[in-house]
Amino acid sequence: MAKSSRKVPGLNASSMADVSFLLLTFFLLVSNMDVDSGLARRLPPPPQTEEQTSVDVQRRNLLVVLVNSQNETMAANQHSTEWYANEAELRGEVGGKVALKDRVKEFVLNTSNSLDLPELEEQDFGAPIGVVPVTAAHVVSIQNDATTSYKAYIAVQNEVVRAYNELREEGARKYFNSSYSELTDEQKDQINKLYPQRISEAEPKNYGGGE
Amino acid sequence: MPEMNTASMPDIVFAILFFFMVTTTMRSETLMVKVHIPTASEVQKLEKKSLVTYINIGPPTDARLGTGTQMQLNDRFAQVGEIQDYIAQEKASMNENDQPLMTVSIKADEDTRMQYITEVKQALRQAYALKISYSARKGDN
Repeated sequence: MAKSSRKVPGLNASSMADVSFLLLTFFLLVSNMDVDSGLARRLPPPPQTEEQTSVDVQRRNLLVVLVNSQNETMAANQHSTEWYANEAELRGEVGGKVALKDRVKEFVLNTSNSLDLPELEEQDFGAPIGVVPVTAAHVVSIQNDATTSYKAYIAVQNEVVRAYNELREEGARKYFNSSYSELTDEQKDQINKLYPQRISEAEPKNYGGGE
Repeated sequence: MPEMNTASMPDIVFAILFFFMVTTTMRSETLMVKVHIPTASEVQKLEKKSLVTYINIGPPTDARLGTGTQMQLNDRFAQVGEIQDYIAQEKASMNENDQPLMTVSIKADEDTRMQYITEVKQALRQAYALKISYSARKGDN
């Protein structure tokens, strides 16, 4: 019975490292780590009936941001109308005009309780915020022409989103005494409810933006 | 000089290997349209790659096909009318719980006319793909 005492020879595993290195380099080369990023938006559901397409919004609650075929931007509400010829003007860097984001912020906040800006309505937002007046019915309507370039459209979208982000940052500083990015999810929800992004992208019928 | 013990090296390499195997996404389609996406400062990252469907819009890479705006869905050119079928197909391939979270990332060239984008948006509305993202590169503007 010599067989039973024989030892099983060990498997030579020295090439294992080489093989796994090969696999590793393959996956290293194949994988791409870049994460897609963009401006998130929510589209309205498709109209169920023919009549349902238009929603009546009071004139004072509406800020029309129109990007025309020359890629110029018009921001108009009941209070005033402003034209921006290019991106630098949009950001208020040249031309001495009030930047679009500041106009949006003024429009959303209506701190002066002006009759030409959206109506204020008292709402309860829970613990640290409490009952504060907000412009619950405001709408920023971004409209475009058929030949507007996508680049100009995104630049305008970006400025409007920037206005909301700055409002949220200011709200976080005021009520939670910290940066928006450092808030917990519930706190972020509260701030988002305080300053909801009410951006409407026009139905294609409304080209030209005549109201 | 004592030799270094390299017996644990395969284990470490395997650990890294598994990491890359899990994170890698093999389905990277070859682009047939030139897409130079615009820059924006307020971009958000799209969290879960498996929930994202891409629509590429731009002029064709192949100059013989002209310079008109074309749309690429998966690995072929498509018309706006085909979006609904494409979305339905992508939705069907998803987990049922994930379907409402589906995001459509519109990767469009910055020189595209808005009319095309608007048509795509309307098609997406009809297909009930309401969560969209205008793909943009993080920039300083």
